[in-house]
Amino acid sequence: MPSPDPLAPPEIQSQPLTLDAISHSYGDALAVNEVTLEVRAGELIALLGPSGCGKSTLLRIVAGFINQTSGRVVIADRVVDSLPPNRREVGIVFQSYALFPHMTVAENIAYGLEARGESKATCRERVSEMLATVRMEGFADRKPRQLSGGQQQRVALARALAVRPRILLLDEPFAALDKNLRLDMQIEIKRLQRQFGLTAILVTHDQDEAMSIADRIAVMSKGRIEQLGSPVEIYDQPETLFVNDFIGSSNRFAGVIESAGEGAYGVRLASGALWNVASRKAFAPGDRVVATIRPEQLVLTDQATDGSIPVTLKLSLPIGGELIHDVETRSGEAFKVAAGRRPGEPVSPMAATHCALAPHARPVLFPQPAA
Amino acid sequence: MSGAATSETAGVEWRLAAPLGLTYLAFFAAPLLILLVMSFSVDDNLGGFSLAAWAKFWGDPFYRGVVWDTLRLGLVTVAMTTLFAYPIALLFIASGPGLQRLLLFIVLLPLLTSVVIRTFAWIAILSREGVLNQALLALGLTTAPLNLLQTELGLVIALMQIEMPLMLLPLITVMQQIDPSLSDASRALGGSKWRTFRKVILPLSLPGWIAGATLVFASATTAFISQTVIGGARLVYLPTLIWQQAMVVYNWPFAAVASVTLLVAVLAGVSLFAMLGRFARTTA
Repeated sequence: MPSPDPLAPPEIQSQPLTLDAISHSYGDALAVNEVTLEVRAGELIALLGPSGCGKSTLLRIVAGFINQTSGRVVIADRVVDSLPPNRREVGIVFQSYALFPHMTVAENIAYGLEARGESKATCRERVSEMLATVRMEGFADRKPRQLSGGQQQRVALARALAVRPRILLLDEPFAALDKNLRLDMQIEIKRLQRQFGLTAILVTHDQDEAMSIADRIAVMSKGRIEQLGSPVEIYDQPETLFVNDFIGSSNRFAGVIESAGEGAYGVRLASGALWNVASRKAFAPGDRVVATIRPEQLVLTDQATDGSIPVTLKLSLPIGGELIHDVETRSGEAFKVAAGRRPGEPVSPMAATHCALAPHARPVLFPQPAA
Repeated sequence: MSGAATSETAGVEWRLAAPLGLTYLAFFAAPLLILLVMSFSVDDNLGGFSLAAWAKFWGDPFYRGVVWDTLRLGLVTVAMTTLFAYPIALLFIASGPGLQRLLLFIVLLPLLTSVVIRTFAWIAILSREGVLNQALLALGLTTAPLNLLQTELGLVIALMQIEMPLMLLPLITVMQQIDPSLSDASRALGGSKWRTFRKVILPLSLPGWIAGATLVFASATTAFISQTVIGGARLVYLPTLIWQQAMVVYNWPFAAVASVTLLVAVLAGVSLFAMLGRFARTTA
């Protein structure tokens, strides 16, 4: 059997990553609280949450920069807790890219290979291969400061992938890019992650980023995972009010359960309207609840219909292809309605007096939070 | 409009710099020129022209030895402060704010005490009956007290403590500006701690080291009090020589030659460090 060619295209041999009951405290402050997460081989999971939710701490624990207070990190059936960062074979792309400013692009990409004691010839060939992979041929001798943000990120990716890591960690990789470039880089990262069969964790506070490239999203708050699911599940069926409010925009209506049926409830809203809402959660008649609904699942009409709320239209904003209407109920509750905008259509539909659920609407019920 | 304002401020700018400029001209450039002329004079009245003082200085192996000893003292002090400053600087950037304040205080302490007091304190530590020798004897590490006073080793030890802030402050300032994720990146790519230091931290900290080395070299070669008090009569360096020639022997042209030599030697050392830094940055 011929010895394996170090430059052969990477075999797609993805490795699963398991976080087993990880907790971490900084002094008295609990940053990560009993997080258990199984990342499947070849899957990209986004850790999404506001700053201080523990997502970055979790990333640094996986990379080995922090030793967790308790719990285990398992990469491909092997507990790696005792391994220092340079032995974990984890690739990282940092928010600041962290390119070595005193080295050229080629030297940056070769850094990890040299650290592993690869021969000069192997380094040279792998560098040109990686430059081709991220479409940066011809930039080998530039210094990082001579590159644009997008180019720096491509180099950072090439550098991380050159050593063929088992796991790829992405720490807010798009935060420093301007908006137009961001989508291109998201596609690029997704493409490379697939091509290299990498198991990846993306840490971000930007829901669009998480939605666009993650296979699953773990929404984090106060050191815990609030919900783990596909982007669509997270958006359509948020399990907690926190997830509901953090992802997308959403309107809240206070209400009371009036009737309970087979997984469906009649909810009487404060405005008097009665909504029929499906929910897997258990409520009893008389329970105070919060019903949430996405702006695009509401429509404005000029006449009362079943379950509609009488409203006044305060303001309409054309945002690209959408119209966002700011409306108010008689009791002064403000909320938003979004609708597709037809070219040439006047910005305000003048005659709107009522707001109703769109035919496909799926309101979500939550127990009224304790004041 | 804005162009007029700019030329107006440009006109004011040189007038703002004028007081300091004139002071430098009168009290720095002019004396330096007098010094240079003096070194070619026959006596201290600036009379006549003679190369006698220069010939005497450079013709005598003793005086050439003094120049070499002075330069070596500067280089050894730079080397020793470098050796001790890097671990402290690394500890400093890795510590929390509380420990950083404590470290900074310890580092700055030599600057807060009078040069005479701290030099005499070193005598108390380094002398044959001093603290260091008593400790070494008590620990059985030596059978007879070491002779540290009036030796280059003792002088370098004292200078190291006195000059340490000059090395550490620029070094820490530059190292704090190095993005911490650079060492994280190096580690994640498989680099050991030593490799991370050698390939990432060290080259990026060079501007701070150059500033520190320059200050330490210039300061150590001209540290008259430490050199005379700790070095004593046995060790003669250029500042001591200048003082003896000017104030004791009253040979001003000869003292002027030594002064100009010291000035050029310090400048040469300083440019050497700048060159070293540039060389290291292009090859690292």
